[in-house]
Amino acid sequence: MTTTPLLRVQGLTKTFRMYHLDSMLHAFEGVSFDLHEGEFLLLRGHNGAGKSTLLRTIWRSYLPVGGHVFYRSNHGEIDLANAADVDIALLRREEIGFVTQFLNARPRVAAQDIVSEPLRLAGVPQAEALDQARHWLDQFGVRPELWRAYPSTFSGGEQQKVNLARALIQPQKLLLLDEPTASLDAGARAALLRRLAELKAHGVAIIGVFHHPGDVAQLIDREIDLSTRVVADETGEEEHVAL
Amino acid sequence: MSLDLGLPALERAAPRLMRAEPLLTMRDISKSFGNVRALRQVDATVYPGEVMGIVGESGSGKSTLLRMMNLEDTPDGGDYTLRLPGRENENLFDLARYERRMLCARHIGIVYQNPHLGLLMRHSSSGNVAERLLIAGERSFDVLRDKAREALDASEFPLDRMDARPIELSGGMQQRVQLAKAIALEPALLLLDEPTTGLDVSVQALVLDTLKRLQRDRQITMVLVSHDLGVIRTMADRVMVMRHGEVVEQGLADQVFQDPQHPYTQQLVHAKL
Repeated sequence: MTTTPLLRVQGLTKTFRMYHLDSMLHAFEGVSFDLHEGEFLLLRGHNGAGKSTLLRTIWRSYLPVGGHVFYRSNHGEIDLANAADVDIALLRREEIGFVTQFLNARPRVAAQDIVSEPLRLAGVPQAEALDQARHWLDQFGVRPELWRAYPSTFSGGEQQKVNLARALIQPQKLLLLDEPTASLDAGARAALLRRLAELKAHGVAIIGVFHHPGDVAQLIDREIDLSTRVVADETGEEEHVAL
Repeated sequence: MSLDLGLPALERAAPRLMRAEPLLTMRDISKSFGNVRALRQVDATVYPGEVMGIVGESGSGKSTLLRMMNLEDTPDGGDYTLRLPGRENENLFDLARYERRMLCARHIGIVYQNPHLGLLMRHSSSGNVAERLLIAGERSFDVLRDKAREALDASEFPLDRMDARPIELSGGMQQRVQLAKAIALEPALLLLDEPTTGLDVSVQALVLDTLKRLQRDRQITMVLVSHDLGVIRTMADRVMVMRHGEVVEQGLADQVFQDPQHPYTQQLVHAKL
């Protein structure tokens, strides 16, 4: 691709310092790759290879100890690895989404309110935000009688549907997915796949970790294996990533 | 590989995307009580519409800092500015007592852990809210009553009880009256000092939900002090961690809880149930 990448990850390194053990835990070192608009990158690797850690470091739940994550935002280019907290908060509201395996359900907040909240925060009127929330809850197969119930009492699968509806209700420029299909039934998996294909077609760049990558096989453009640090593109050609 | 990571910088220095100026800026705030240094060169920055959480153990200085933000006390040194129309560059600690009181009544709301600090327990609930409006100069009885009713309603206080005295109300209801009083004049800054400590968990969830709704619908900037990490995690966008009167770490709430950088914060997070 000849366009400027949306994301340029260069030499990204994450180490955890654990004071109570007086030790360091090296998660990954010197990871570099580019990501363009509309590209879908799959992260592979064995348990503990650092797939989720890499996603969280780009999202900035984890602070990198080295390297850069240059991101072309609507406000200008910024290095997510060194950006001020308020800028990260701004980008999370407007441009970058993160889907985990867990719903952070606040007690006594109805499913439809959890899902519509990102739209409300973006200034969408309540009635319209609720309409869209119900649409996405329906798409992911959450039954209407649950829309006004509190998700903290839902099963893992139902919670994950609420989580996905909330995370994907608002189009982002960059989407980070950490095992979003875990605990989903076939219907919800198909709905997720449809939504991801739609977002990708609209230019959303996606980085994902999947327990069963076969679920998203048709969307994958490139893969990085964090165990071996091998990159493969859609033609199957492999190259080793610079460390 | 050996890597000396040292302690984290408190602020990441990079060009800003965020165009908004901070609402609240405190620089170099120090305060001693006798031999006890309650605050040591504390800096704080809070942006419009965000919830800043302050955590730390008892005696860490978090409530003292909040009292400074409410202009209840003057530090030994340091500056405090709020971006209010016409007051952008004023060090609020330089204001005379009367001016401070008016500025607080008009622009800053506070909810204390102990409702006795914030309420007149033997006056009606609506009267408590109206008192705040009276201080700010409102004199029409109808306007006072309407505004008090509106603030109580926004705080999800049952309006059929607005004439009950706080002393007759449950802890959760007393906090709602404090909240109504605090938001009656649509303050630029809402300070919350352990607002749900001591409430049972279901009442706590309801009060937090009310706060979250107010923040979303009115974009009120909040500073929330709590020793309850769960409350901070639910509510705050950013977090300051205090210990022995110093800010030892600050960051995005999820980062501070998932990847704490300072040994004390790691201890605190590991101790959470």
